[in-house]
Amino acid sequence: MILIHCPYCDEKRAEIEFAYAGEAHISRPVDPSTYGDEEWERYLFIRANPKGRHHERWRHIHGCGRFFNAVRDTVTDKFETTYKAGEPRK
Amino acid sequence: MTRFSAFSLFAKALGGHKDWPEQWPDAAPKPAYDAIIVGGGGHGLGAAYYLAKKYGITNVAVLEKGWIGGGNTGRNTTIIRSNYLYDESAHLYDHAVKLWDGLSQELNYNTMYSKRGVMMLAHNVHDIQSFKRHIHANRLNGVDNEWLTPEEARAYCPPLNISPDARYPVLGAALQRRGGTARHDTVAWGYARAAAALGVDIIQNCGVTGIRRGVDGAVEGVETTRGYISCKRVGVSAAGNSSVIMQMAGLDFPLESYPLQALVSEPVKPTFPCVVMSNTVHAYMSQSDKGELVIGAGTDQYVSYSQRGALHIVEHTLAAICEIFPIYRRMRMLRTWGGIVDVTPDRSPILGKTPVKGLYVNCGWGTGGFKATPGAGDLLAYTMAKDEPHWINAPYNLDRFRNGRLIDEAAAAAVAH
Repeated sequence: MILIHCPYCDEKRAEIEFAYAGEAHISRPVDPSTYGDEEWERYLFIRANPKGRHHERWRHIHGCGRFFNAVRDTVTDKFETTYKAGEPRK
Repeated sequence: MTRFSAFSLFAKALGGHKDWPEQWPDAAPKPAYDAIIVGGGGHGLGAAYYLAKKYGITNVAVLEKGWIGGGNTGRNTTIIRSNYLYDESAHLYDHAVKLWDGLSQELNYNTMYSKRGVMMLAHNVHDIQSFKRHIHANRLNGVDNEWLTPEEARAYCPPLNISPDARYPVLGAALQRRGGTARHDTVAWGYARAAAALGVDIIQNCGVTGIRRGVDGAVEGVETTRGYISCKRVGVSAAGNSSVIMQMAGLDFPLESYPLQALVSEPVKPTFPCVVMSNTVHAYMSQSDKGELVIGAGTDQYVSYSQRGALHIVEHTLAAICEIFPIYRRMRMLRTWGGIVDVTPDRSPILGKTPVKGLYVNCGWGTGGFKATPGAGDLLAYTMAKDEPHWINAPYNLDRFRNGRLIDEAAAAAVAH
């Protein structure tokens, strides 16, 4: 089980306290009516799925309940950093 | 290649089994091929075999970065079934089940396909309704599936606890009698041996590092850890690493790769006659011919290529196993492991052409690709040989994520995902 640092609680806790919430920094369409099929496909379905550095969201569901972002290596599962929602991509 | 038969086994036994020849050569890459398959699992080896056997394309190489059958082919829980809800799925998976039937004879290699039945347990009203809907849909598609009462379910699988006091009591079950298990390694080995006999090169320790494309955008060849290989027809069958390979051709795919865990117990005498799955409490189990209970756990929640997962996922499954089969509460588990599964948004595979000319793909099988091994190989070979998809895999195109014609088996409750 991996240990995750919650940037709000400022504590490293076990993974079972957290819920994974998918790739980070995927912004909602600003003006959905202008979106064509290709943009919708990209927004809804296409994911980076990299072998290496991955930006992802987690939620400290059994703690403070807040969403935050993280950078994790998907080969080693080691976290590089976690940071608060709204902060720029690291 | 020695043909296996009762007589050849007997004759070799007299000689102490000392002089069995190599079953297939460990090939080195040639500078060019007519077709290349990336990924030496069951699906990829199957595709190479059918390309040679059915379509006469024998100048084929299978490139495997590790050893053949060492990825998800050797890591799954070997369950075979075709009781999927939608027409497209029923056609696809039943095509594979039909091929499993004669596979050992065709390959002259014992895949140990055992039609011991796959039983899915219903624990609540929603399960009952959903499973009965599946049964009717399956039967309309010519796929066998039948409803069992709790007593009939226990008669079919005696270790099952059908007590009404259980935390999640068994209210009935759906049984596909044609479902069952096969020996996963032999599927890879059998296809490799049969394909090599037809002239296919099985190249291990040869990872693909790049896909070279010409000025017209079409595939010209692949860069590998053992040098450049020229080839105008490349089929990618790389499971969890599919999006990495597709990135080499400049394609973004709707895939995410997750660790999926499985485990086996210490071997015991035959006690468990079939395959039992419960999606509600998330457990599924069978017993191998060696005697181990083979148990499938769930995926971890995060994207990873690490081929390992967390213990709490395994604990969750074992808690369910202990509840459904109290007889195994004191069994000891021997090994756990993980494989990386490539999951699509609709939990159905992508099998067909890509926007890049000469590049074909077979991916997105997620947590359930083993059962489809012969079918996926056959259909990838068809698509590569004809440069167009077979009607069975035509709906499994990449365009469906753009035009919305999803095959939404993920929402169908009789699928363990």
